[in-house]
Amino acid sequence: MSAIREDFAEILKLVRPNARVLDIGCEDGELLELLTREKGVDGQGLEISPQGVAACLARGLAVVQGDGDRDLDHFPTRAFDYAILSKTLQQMREPRHVLSELLRIADQAVVSVPNFGHWKVRWALLSRGRMPETGALPEPWWSTPNIHLCTLRDFTALCDDLDLRIDACASLAEGRPARPIDPRQPIENWRAETALFLLSRRAEPQVAAPSLPQQNLFGEVELATTETSGKGKRARRA
Amino acid sequence: MTAQTPITAGIETGGGTWRFPASQPLRLDSGAAVAPLEIGYKTYGRLNADKTNAVLVCHALTGDQHLASTHPVTGKPGWWDRFVGPGLLLDPERYFIICTNVVGGCMGSTGPASTDPATNAPYGLTFPVITIGDMVRAQAMLIEALGIETLFAAVGGSMGGMQVLQWAADYPEKLFSAVVIAAAARHSAQNIAFHEVGRQAIMADPNWRQGAYLAAGVRPEKGLAVARMAAHITYLSEAALQRKFGRELQRDGLSWGFDADFQVESYLRHQGTSFVDRFDANSYLYITRALDYFDLAAQYGGVLAEAFVKARHVKFCVLSFSSDWLYPTPESRDIVRALNGAGCRASFAEIQTDKGHDAFFLDEPLLDQTLRGFLAAQATARGLA
Repeated sequence: MSAIREDFAEILKLVRPNARVLDIGCEDGELLELLTREKGVDGQGLEISPQGVAACLARGLAVVQGDGDRDLDHFPTRAFDYAILSKTLQQMREPRHVLSELLRIADQAVVSVPNFGHWKVRWALLSRGRMPETGALPEPWWSTPNIHLCTLRDFTALCDDLDLRIDACASLAEGRPARPIDPRQPIENWRAETALFLLSRRAEPQVAAPSLPQQNLFGEVELATTETSGKGKRARRA
Repeated sequence: MTAQTPITAGIETGGGTWRFPASQPLRLDSGAAVAPLEIGYKTYGRLNADKTNAVLVCHALTGDQHLASTHPVTGKPGWWDRFVGPGLLLDPERYFIICTNVVGGCMGSTGPASTDPATNAPYGLTFPVITIGDMVRAQAMLIEALGIETLFAAVGGSMGGMQVLQWAADYPEKLFSAVVIAAAARHSAQNIAFHEVGRQAIMADPNWRQGAYLAAGVRPEKGLAVARMAAHITYLSEAALQRKFGRELQRDGLSWGFDADFQVESYLRHQGTSFVDRFDANSYLYITRALDYFDLAAQYGGVLAEAFVKARHVKFCVLSFSSDWLYPTPESRDIVRALNGAGCRASFAEIQTDKGHDAFFLDEPLLDQTLRGFLAAQATARGLA
C-alpha cells in the first residue's frame, strides 16, 4: 500500500493549509483525515459505499454517500479550493464531464490516473496479446472497474480540450517516492505508471481569485505549457 | 420489545411541566399566540458547568417527551430507550438530554385538550393552528429558560428531523451539530393525502362533535384508531409487512365475514385501539396539519439552501432508510444538496433496511454505527469526549 501513501504524501504537499477540500471517492477517509490533521483543511468527502461512509463518520469527517458520476452537479460553483479525485477518473461513466465539473466546483483539481501507456502495459499487450495486469491495474478485464483507461498523452490532450492548465505533475509508482515529471515528454508516457496532476482552469470567467503562485510545486522540473494562440487554437509542445 | 429494567434506573432524570407566565406568550406563525404556555419535558443526565453538553431530542408525530423512561400512560419503555442510557449513543453520564412534548401535543404541553383560560373549557378547535416553526420556538423558550445558550446537538427522526431542520434555520447560533433522520424539508402531496385520510376519519366519528368532545365526556376513539391504522401502514415497508404477516390467518380458515381474518388486520386494529388510550384526537389533527404546512424552502423564497446559509458552523448528519416510502431517500438528498449548496459541512448515509420509515425506532446496526461515529466526533470537537 506504499503507492497509496506516496499518493497521499504528494497531495499533502500540494494542498494549502486551511483550504476547503472535496475528496471524491474518499473511501474510508484516510486522506481527508490526514489533510485535516496536517493541514487543518475544511474537508468534505463523497463516497459510494456504506462501509466507507460509516468509516469516515467514525473518523469524524463530513461525508456524503453519493456517486461522483451523478452528484457533482449539485455542488455549487467554486465551493471548494481543491477537488480531489484519486485513481477513480477511469472508473467514471463520463470522465470528461467529471473533470470539467471538478474545476467548476473547485479552483484546483488534484487528479491521479493510471497510465495505460506505461511500458509494462504495452509489453503485456505486445508480448502476450492479453489485457495487461500490472501493479497499477491489478484486476483482470472481466472484473476491473476501470472502464475509461487512458495514456498520459490522452489525458493531457483532454486537459487541452477542456482548456485546463497543468500546474504540476508527478509520477507515482508503488514503493518509490514520487517523481516530478513533465507529462508531455513522450518518455514519461512510457515511464510513469500512475500520474498525479494538479489542474486549474485556464480561462477565468470572472476576475481571477488569488490562487497558488505559479511555481513548480514538485521541484525542479520545468513544465511544458500549451500556448493559447488566437481563439481557442492551441499549439502543443511534446 | 422485551421487558427490562428501565435503563434510566440510577440516572438523574428531571422534567415535568414548565409554565411560562401569560406575559411570555408563544407567538405563532399564524399571527396568533398561546398564553399561558406550558411545556411538558423530560431530562436525563446533568447539565455540565460549561453548559456545553445539552442534547435536544425532538419527537415524531405521535411521540412525546418520554424518550427513555417508562411511559406514564402505557407503562411501556420510552420510545428511544435503546439509544439513551449508560454506554449508549446518548449517555446521560456525558450529555444533558432534553426531550419536550411539542406544543399542540397532549402529554403536558399546551394543546387543544388544554384549558383555554378565556373560557375555562378545553380549547378544542379554538386552539390556533400551529407549525413546526412554532414547536421549535416553544422548545427554544424552554432551552433558554433552562439556562442553555447552545445545544451540543439537536437530534430527531421523522417530524423530529423536521424540527431539527427548522432549528438550523431559525436558531443556527444556538446549534453545534444537527442529526436529521428519515425526514424531509417539506410534506409531499402524498404525505398530505395520507394525513387528510386520517383527519377525515377522526372528523367522521360522531363522537368528535366538531372537536368539542371533551366537554361532552366522549372521545372519537373509532375515528382516531382508523387514522392511526392508515398512518401506521405508511411507517412500514411492503417487504416488512409481508415478512411479518404475509397472508397468515388469525384462526384456521376464513370467517366468511368481516372479522379480522388476517394477522395483518388484527395487528393494525391493535395499533389503532392501543393508540387512542394515549393520544388526543384533536392533537392528531393539529400536529398532522403542522406537518402538512411544513415547507422549509417556501420560508426562504423557494430556495432550500437559503435556509441554511447562517448554519455553516453547524455539523449536519442526515440519514435515510432505503425502504422508507413516507420520506424516501431523495427527500434527504435534497436536504444534503441544499446544505452543500449553502456551504455547510454535511454527512449523509442511506441505511439499507427493509423496515421502512419506522426503522429509526428499531434495531438497525448501521444506524447505531453511523450515529455513534458522528456524535463521538462532534463530542471530541466540543471537548466532551
